[in-house]
Amino acid sequence: MVSKTTLEAIERYKEKSLPYILEIEGIRKEFPGVVALDDVQFRLRPGSVHALMGENGAGKSTLMKIIAGIYTPDRGTIRLRGEEVVLASPLDALEQGIAMIHQELALMDWMTVAENIWIRREPKNALGLIDHRKMTQMTRELFAQLRLKIDPTAQISTLTVAQRQMVEIAKAVSHRSQVLIMDEPTSAITETEVDHLFEIIRDLKARGVAIVYITHKMNELFEIADEFSVFRDGKYVGTHTSTDVTRDDIIRMMVGREITEMFPKEEAEIGDVIMSVENLSLPGTFHGITFDLRRGEILGLAGLVGSGRSNVAEALFGVTPATEGKIRIAGRDVTIASPADAMREGMALLTEDRKATGCFLPLTILENMQIAALHEGHVKLGCVDERGMTNLCLEMKDKLRIKTPNLDERIENLSGGNQQKVLIARWLLTKPKILILDEPTRGIDVGAKAEIHRLISRLAQQGVAVIMISSELPEVLGMSDRIMVMHEGHMTGILDRAEATQVKIMELAAR
Amino acid sequence: MDNVQIEPVKRQRRGLPQELNILMVLVAVALVFEILGWIFQGQSFLMNTRRLTIMILQVSVVGIIAIGVTQVIITGGIDLSSGSVVAMTAMITMSVAQSGDYARAMYPALTDLPVMVPLAVGLGLGLIAGMINGALIALTGIPPFIATLGMMVTARGIAKWYTKGQPISFPTDSFAAIGSGAWPVFIFLAVALIFHIALRYTRYGKFTYAIGANPQAARVSGINVQRHLIKVYAIAGLLAGLAGIVTAARAETAQAGMGMMYELDAIAAAVIGGTSLSGGRGRIFGTVIGTLILGLMMSGFTFLRVDAFYQEIVKGVIIVAAVVADTFRQNARSKKA
Repeated sequence: MVSKTTLEAIERYKEKSLPYILEIEGIRKEFPGVVALDDVQFRLRPGSVHALMGENGAGKSTLMKIIAGIYTPDRGTIRLRGEEVVLASPLDALEQGIAMIHQELALMDWMTVAENIWIRREPKNALGLIDHRKMTQMTRELFAQLRLKIDPTAQISTLTVAQRQMVEIAKAVSHRSQVLIMDEPTSAITETEVDHLFEIIRDLKARGVAIVYITHKMNELFEIADEFSVFRDGKYVGTHTSTDVTRDDIIRMMVGREITEMFPKEEAEIGDVIMSVENLSLPGTFHGITFDLRRGEILGLAGLVGSGRSNVAEALFGVTPATEGKIRIAGRDVTIASPADAMREGMALLTEDRKATGCFLPLTILENMQIAALHEGHVKLGCVDERGMTNLCLEMKDKLRIKTPNLDERIENLSGGNQQKVLIARWLLTKPKILILDEPTRGIDVGAKAEIHRLISRLAQQGVAVIMISSELPEVLGMSDRIMVMHEGHMTGILDRAEATQVKIMELAAR
Repeated sequence: MDNVQIEPVKRQRRGLPQELNILMVLVAVALVFEILGWIFQGQSFLMNTRRLTIMILQVSVVGIIAIGVTQVIITGGIDLSSGSVVAMTAMITMSVAQSGDYARAMYPALTDLPVMVPLAVGLGLGLIAGMINGALIALTGIPPFIATLGMMVTARGIAKWYTKGQPISFPTDSFAAIGSGAWPVFIFLAVALIFHIALRYTRYGKFTYAIGANPQAARVSGINVQRHLIKVYAIAGLLAGLAGIVTAARAETAQAGMGMMYELDAIAAAVIGGTSLSGGRGRIFGTVIGTLILGLMMSGFTFLRVDAFYQEIVKGVIIVAAVVADTFRQNARSKKA
C-alpha cells in the first residue's frame, strides 16, 4: 500500500496537473567495468503506456530497475509527481506508488492468491489473527474491478503463467500504484491471453496509471504503446510517439552505430563440412535447427536473449541433449548425450555464464585450466603429469596473455577478462575441432575483448570450426563468415557475411 | 588500441598456509596441556610416550573414517553413516572371524577361516553401504544429509538385528592381530598417505575438487559427476568398513553400539583440519592434524582429570569455533577478490 506521505504527495500532484508523473534526468549507473547508463533521461505521462526499446545490453533493464528501486543511480535525479525522490529499495518504491511486475514472477507458489496479494497488510480479526474470509472478500472485489476470473483461494502453483501475471497486476493495483513496470509481460503467454492482458492494460490507462513497458516484440509496440524511448549502449537516443514512426525507423534507432575497427576478422581458408546438424529440436525450447559448419569457418549465432541460442549450444555439447534431430560430425552420425561424448567428438563449449558454469572459484588457475584436458591422457603411472601439464598451461598463459604472476593464484582473484582467457585456455588444451563460444566477450574490458577476437580469428585460420553466440551485433557482424539468426526457438535465417547488416539481423531477430 | 591499464594482481604466498595454521593450533593445544600439566599435576604431559601412543591408538579409527569423510565433504556432501557402518561391519566381520576353540560360535561351520575372509567381508560391506549412499545421492538427487542419515539408522539397525543385541567375541589370533600393537596407527597413516596422493596427484582427486567447487562447471568440463560421486561415497564406505574391522580386531569383540558418534568426530576432524563444508577445499594432511587435535584434547582432559562431561562441552565449542574461523577466512578472501 502506498504510504501516508505518498497519499499527501498524490493530493498535491492532483492540484498541480503536471504533464509527467515521472521524470528522470541525467541518470548514470556504473557496474564494475561497465557503464550501464550514461546521462539518461526518461519522462512518463500519466495514463499512458511507454515502451523502452533497445538491444540486449542497451540499458533498458538497468533503467527499469532504477525506477523500481532495485538499483540506486550513481548520479541524476528522479522526480515523482513533480517532487524529487529517492527510491531506496523495491519496498520504498512500492510505498511511493511504483510497482514492478517481474519477468520471473515473484509470487509464493505454495500460498493462495489472496495471501499473495495482501501479504504484509492482511486484514486482522479481533484477536489479531488473519481474517481469511475478509481477505478473500477483498480479493473478490479487486478481481471484479479488473474483470478477472481467478479463485482467490487457489494456490499460486495451480495457476497458469498468464493467471499469475494477472495476480501480480492485481497486486500492484491493490497497492494503488500509479506507475507500473512490466518487463516482457507477453513472453510466456498465449495470444488470447495477450488480448486479455492488453484489455487490462487499457483499463489501467483509463484510470490514469502510467505503464513502463519492456518488450522485444515490435508488433506489440504498435498495438499497445503510446510512446517509446530508445536506448543504445547505455545512452538515451530519443522519445517518439508510436503513431508517427515505422518499424524500420525504430530498428535503425536501436542499432544505429557503425562497426568499429574492433573486430579483426582475418581471412581463413574455409574447408569441408565438419559438422552438419539436421532438424535438431528440444520441444518447448527450440525447433528444426539445421545448418552445416565447415572447418575454418566462424558461424555467428544471433538473436535476442531467450531466443534459444544458448540452448542450441548446450544441446550440441550434450549439456541438455536435444530430443529430435541428427548431428553428423565428419560424415558420421553421432549421439551426444553428455559433455564427455561431445568432447570425444572434438567439441568444446565456452559457456555463457562464467561464474555459474565455468570457473571453479575456490581452485587455482592451474587446476581450472587443466581440468578438461585431463580426460585424454596427461597421466603417468596413475598420477597426473604435473610438470608436463604445468608447462602446457604456462605456454597457454603466455599465448593468451593472462595477467597473473603464477598459476597457483586462485581464479577468483583474476579480472573477468583474465578468467575468460583461463576458460578459453581450458578448452584449447583439449585441441578442439569444433569450438562453441557463448558470449565469449561478455563483461570484459575493451583490450581483452580485442585479444579474444584476434584469438578466435587465428583459431579459425588453423582450421577450427567456430560457433560464436553473441548479443553484440557489431561483434557478430565483424567476426562471422555466416550468421544464423534465431527468434523464439526457431531459425529465422542464415545470412552470408556479404549480405548481413545490423538491420537485417534485427529484422530476423525481432519479428 | 589495447588498453595499457595493468591490473593489480594480488600476490599470494605459496606453500601451505592453511596447513601451517592448523599445525600451529596442534602445537598450541599441546603446549597448553604441557603447561597445565606442570601446574596441576606436577608432571609433563608430552614427555610420556605411553600416553601419546594410547592417544594416537584411540583416534586412529576415527582418523580412518575421517579420511573418507573428508573426500565426501570436498565434493560438497556429507556422510553421517560412517559410525553406524563401523558397527555393522564390526558385527558381521566378527561373525566370520571367530575361533574354532570357542564352543558357541555364531556359525560353527565358519570358524577358523583365513584372515582374508573376514577382511574381504568387512571391506565389501563398507563398500556396498557407501555405494548405496552414493547411488542414492547421484541418481535420485536427494540431499547427502538425508541419504546418509537413512544409512546411519539402517546400518545401526542391521548391527543390532544381526545378533539381537548380543555381542560377538573370540576372534582368531590372526584377525585379532590386525588391531594389536601399533597396527591401527600404521593402517591410519597408510590410508592417509594413499589418499593424500590420490587427492593431490591423480585425476580422481582433481575431479573430486572440481565437483565440490562447481558441479555444473564440472559437468560441462566433461566429468561424469554422478559416477564420480558414487566412487567417492563408495570409498568413504570402504574406509568405514576398514575402521569397523580395526575396531573389532582391537577390542576382540563386536557390539552393536560400537562407533557411536564416530561420524561426528570424523566430520569435526575434517572441519578442524580446514575442509570447507561448502565444498572444493580440504586436504588429508589437515584432517590428520584435526584428528590429532581431537585426540590430544581427549587425552589432555583425562590427564588433567577433567570430568568427561566437560570434555564434550569443550569439544562442541571447538568444532563450532573452527567453522566460524573458516567462514571468516573465506569472507575476508572473497571481499579481497
